[in-house]
Amino acid sequence: MPSPPTLNRRALLSSLAAAGAASVLRPLAAAAQSRTILTRAIPSTGERLPLVGLGSWITFNVGDDVLARDSCAQVIGAFFQEGGRVIDSSPMYGSSQEVIGYGLDKLGHPSQLFSADKVWISSGGRGPSQIEESRRHWGVPRFDLLEVHNLMSWEEHLPTLFAMKKAGRVRYVGLTTSEGRRHDEMEKVMRSQPLDFVQVTYNVLDRQVEDRILPLARERRIAVICNRPFQQGALIHHVARSPLPSWAGEIDCKNWAQLLLKFIVSHPAVNCAIPATSRADHVRENVGASFGRLPDEAMRRRIVTHVQSL
Amino acid sequence: MSEWWTYTLADIKSFSLQTYYRLFELYNAAIWPAQIVGIGAGLAIWALLGSRRHTWRGRAIAAILAGFWLWVAIAFHAHRYATLTWSARYYAWGFGLEAALLLWAGVVRGRLVFERRLPGLAIFLFALVVQPLIGLLLGRTWRQVEIFGVAPDPTAIATLGLLLLATGRVRWEMMVVPLFWCAISGATLLSMKAPDAWIPLVAALLVVSLAAWRTLARRRGRMPRRDNTG
Repeated sequence: MPSPPTLNRRALLSSLAAAGAASVLRPLAAAAQSRTILTRAIPSTGERLPLVGLGSWITFNVGDDVLARDSCAQVIGAFFQEGGRVIDSSPMYGSSQEVIGYGLDKLGHPSQLFSADKVWISSGGRGPSQIEESRRHWGVPRFDLLEVHNLMSWEEHLPTLFAMKKAGRVRYVGLTTSEGRRHDEMEKVMRSQPLDFVQVTYNVLDRQVEDRILPLARERRIAVICNRPFQQGALIHHVARSPLPSWAGEIDCKNWAQLLLKFIVSHPAVNCAIPATSRADHVRENVGASFGRLPDEAMRRRIVTHVQSL
Repeated sequence: MSEWWTYTLADIKSFSLQTYYRLFELYNAAIWPAQIVGIGAGLAIWALLGSRRHTWRGRAIAAILAGFWLWVAIAFHAHRYATLTWSARYYAWGFGLEAALLLWAGVVRGRLVFERRLPGLAIFLFALVVQPLIGLLLGRTWRQVEIFGVAPDPTAIATLGLLLLATGRVRWEMMVVPLFWCAISGATLLSMKAPDAWIPLVAALLVVSLAAWRTLARRRGRMPRRDNTG
């Protein structure tokens, strides 16, 4: 049985100092608490991920340009600084994988990274070599998530990915599509295969997935990543011509990017949105959507109505 | 590609316009002073067109063009552009094929004989002189301009202009690759909303129209048939 604590002079002084420090730290702690990043659990494991990730399509495809690569590394650095974790890429995105690897290398491979990549090749037999090449580009020991890109040869690739998962060479397996294409087929695969993730296009104007894919994902306990949250920038350019509505403050949005992202990640089936950007200030704005209040159903409808009216 | 009708130009975009322009900036810096060779060779072709018609003249022009197509295939597509898009390796093969066609028909067999005719000359001069200037006017820096002989668009457009100058039947078989490239380049630039996207598209349309008109005119016997000999 442990002995009761005794209070000597040193302990007393330490306690007083601690009490003083606590009175100073409380507001800071409270402030930090209000900056607690919002996360949602991956249904298949319960592991929690922040609501906003980082895409790499177009923005990180900068080739050998060292200046541009350094700029991308800054974006990745700002993303991690703000509390982000999920970075998404694909062999289809040109040099994006290498640029991510370059950035991770510069940043000392932050441990919070959740690496999400894809297999995108028509030949199932060449899938493993493509995945290995992607892994080398990233410079990671293994991917956290591997998805079949745009359902390409999914019948051949999924067995490979499930075997990799079983062998501990990847943690999660998924499937992607974009722009509302091939949803019937995706639905079929979601019903028949033990997927951890799907990735679909979802934003305030492209909401086809609300009808079948998102409800099915909840039913089948599949995590959802949402691509093209800003319609390749077209949506945000469009809405940015108008002032941010005053009621955006009710859900702690300081800019349009946060309002558009909060619409996406407030859907209960959605785990994460993955906006891409080439600017560190934009990535900070984006990740800002992972903090504060989220819209309820009425507010979600209000966002849709307002954006449609612009 | 399923549901192909749902794809738009935005779907083929895989890098930004800024990145594309930087690609040319870095490429131009790396190959300098090859641009001077390109412009010099363009002027040499212009001079050759003004000289007396001889088979060697056609051979010389075809050899210069073939060399540039091969250069662009390797130095631009395979080494530079391939860092941004996987499709560049196929473009490299296409440009290599065009080089081979020019070498075979123009140099080995001597089947390319050129004569000065206004539409073709104008298109050639446009690619050599005007196109880089338009790039400057529409937002590129002088480091980012595309120069005949080393960059794909002016090389393709200039070649189309020169092929319009070839005597005899229209050389459609040698126009396929440059026309195809103009379409790809125009679509790529359009997908990025580049202000100079219209250049390769208009050039290709103009060349197809002129070549088609010439083919029809020859069939109707309105144009004299000439042998492909100097």
